[in-house]
Amino acid sequence: MNASLTEATDLKLKGSGADILIQSLKQQGVEMVFGYPGGAVLPIYDALHRNPIKHILARHEQGAIHAAEGYARVSGKTGVVIATSGPGATNLVTGIADAMLDSLPLVIFTGQVATTVIGTDAFQEADILGITQPITKHNYQVKNIEDFPRIIKEAFHIASTGRPGPVVVDIPKDISNELFLNNSMEDEEINLPGYQPTTKPNYLQIQKAVKALSNAKKPLILAGAGVLTAKASTELKEFVERYQIPVTNTLLGLGSIAGNHNLFLGMAGMHGTYTANTAICECDVLMNIGARFDDRLTGNLAHFAPNAKVIHIDIDPAEIGKNVPTAIPIVADAKEALLELLKQNFEKPDTVEWLKTLSENSMNFPLQYKADKLRGILPQQAIELIHRLTKGDAVVTTDVGQHQMWAAQYYSFNHPNNWVTSGGLGTMGFGFPAAIGAQLAKPDAKVISIVGDAGFQMTMQELSLLQELRLPVKIVIINNRCLGMVRQWQETFYEERYSQSLIPVQPDFVKLAEAYDIQGYKVETMEEAEEVFAKAFNSNEPVLIDCRVTQLENVYPMVSPGTGLHEMIGVKGV
Amino acid sequence: MKRIITTTVINQSGVLNRVTGLLMKRQFNIESISVGHTEQPGMSKMTFVVNVEDKEKLEQLLKQLQKQIDVIKVNDITDKAVVMRELALIKVVTPPSVRNEIYSIVEPFRATVVDMSKNVTTFQVTGDPEKIEAFIDLVKPYGIKELTRTGVSAFVRETQKPYTAQLSIL
Repeated sequence: MNASLTEATDLKLKGSGADILIQSLKQQGVEMVFGYPGGAVLPIYDALHRNPIKHILARHEQGAIHAAEGYARVSGKTGVVIATSGPGATNLVTGIADAMLDSLPLVIFTGQVATTVIGTDAFQEADILGITQPITKHNYQVKNIEDFPRIIKEAFHIASTGRPGPVVVDIPKDISNELFLNNSMEDEEINLPGYQPTTKPNYLQIQKAVKALSNAKKPLILAGAGVLTAKASTELKEFVERYQIPVTNTLLGLGSIAGNHNLFLGMAGMHGTYTANTAICECDVLMNIGARFDDRLTGNLAHFAPNAKVIHIDIDPAEIGKNVPTAIPIVADAKEALLELLKQNFEKPDTVEWLKTLSENSMNFPLQYKADKLRGILPQQAIELIHRLTKGDAVVTTDVGQHQMWAAQYYSFNHPNNWVTSGGLGTMGFGFPAAIGAQLAKPDAKVISIVGDAGFQMTMQELSLLQELRLPVKIVIINNRCLGMVRQWQETFYEERYSQSLIPVQPDFVKLAEAYDIQGYKVETMEEAEEVFAKAFNSNEPVLIDCRVTQLENVYPMVSPGTGLHEMIGVKGV
Repeated sequence: MKRIITTTVINQSGVLNRVTGLLMKRQFNIESISVGHTEQPGMSKMTFVVNVEDKEKLEQLLKQLQKQIDVIKVNDITDKAVVMRELALIKVVTPPSVRNEIYSIVEPFRATVVDMSKNVTTFQVTGDPEKIEAFIDLVKPYGIKELTRTGVSAFVRETQKPYTAQLSIL
């Protein structure tokens, strides 16, 4: 064989743009991709056929991307999604926006019509670059095949570093088909002069924080999802235990400290505990680690932490000072900042009195509900039962709404990265597909998907995926036959005018499960629930439980929109 | 308050859309924007004038711009000594009877005639926005047929004198 022929064979082995994609995914260590084929990604699916990577075929692109989000949240790795052009890509939009607001690392490959027809309103053409520009951390369209390997590397780098987020890579069909005749794939290095996230904290700012903390009488730590992303739970625990500083969580920060830790005050915010919200109102130093002072946490900003000097640790400088005036800004990775703070060995603040007040509050004003046999199962009881049976060790996923808030309040997590919920965007239909991704990331974990009856119906086609993969996900539908949170707001703010929130008809969920060859149960009393939940959670098969709960239960305590955290309603004894 | 912000960006398609989209998403109002190549290949410079409510909003704007992957550098140069130029093309109704009068107005502004027809003259005027405003005000009574402005382009001066007052005209 002569040299030129060898070279030619070698070049042929490099393959097409689609082959480059698959090779690059392998180089990036991608274990599995979530996707759905279509016209513009046919070359990619053909390359996948030649050179397989585990592919999870969702039954709708939205299911694929939520599964990738669940995977990313639980594993800490980047979730990868493939979808075709036009409708395939637009079906991903909700998931992309969700991942953006909740800072989840995703790389999304969308097919695109051939470069020769882009801009002609070709069949299945959509300007996905334009559509996703405001809801991605960054996006690319591959215009030259030479750039493709570098773009893939950059996409993974951007998605997974700094403040994580979704990155879209749009691949025209002719680029996937084009043969790549350059052998220098390994030389294509990342070139991102405008992207250098700061991870190490500034020393002077750390000194200021140390001073503020050691002089504090009523210090408080607000731990957000940044602590989980940075895998800094151990450092957080060490820090608060050493300095005896109480901790509260944002919704997404739950699990960053064990739910039963004696310094943990429960979740803060709109449906936070009395103790946590009161602590925010009364604290004199508030150290926010990796949270973004979202409006559902702060309530009316004019009344938020009125007495506190605010220290804000965040990897994204744009979050600091965005909503809450910040005395001591620290741009850093949560773990790096906590390690630096631990190194300082500063004088411990005297928090004995403060902790005593807080523990009195916890004792006198706990979360509460009125159980009553005649009313059937209360949703809070159902969540407590799930917690008791799984001992706080399960991975729990939810949609948005009442069941989400009850899960946040009553499922107390022993471990970090077990809580998968749609916080920022508040996406119905998120929880169930996310549970599939979570189970794939942690095959041995007990994954419980707590969903509402309405949200479940938005993505329940993914039951087919459970049927196919026999994943032991346990679906618990907290079925109140209505859009619970919408109904609660209509009750509270619209004089009980339940406009379109009571669902008149719903499928027989048990039969639905059976149609997918999944065991289904309906429970209507606590006795039934005890028995069925216990049996289901011990099973290695997927199970769906239609848990009928009382319809008119409300989530309390509640901070009404526009009011301050000090104005909670539905607190015991207040 | 009006701020002049310059950004150095990587010159690739979509970057203008990204920056203006960001401003729209965060509810900032762009008064003018100008974009062009720089001395570095592959880099462009954008200069825009925006109206922001307060210091906090301004800080947020600068940080959000800085966060964009394609944005290399962001500067608010409003309070610096700057060279600021804008170009305007203005078609003014100029029948022969008023031509001399208009020319005498135009002269101190060092505006130039770039096109002329029987009754209409197109003037080109460059300077900072205030100068252009003043010019427009003066020729307005004669009748402006059409007007177009490029938006501000600006540089920080090499020597910074903290309290140099900007001349409003010329």
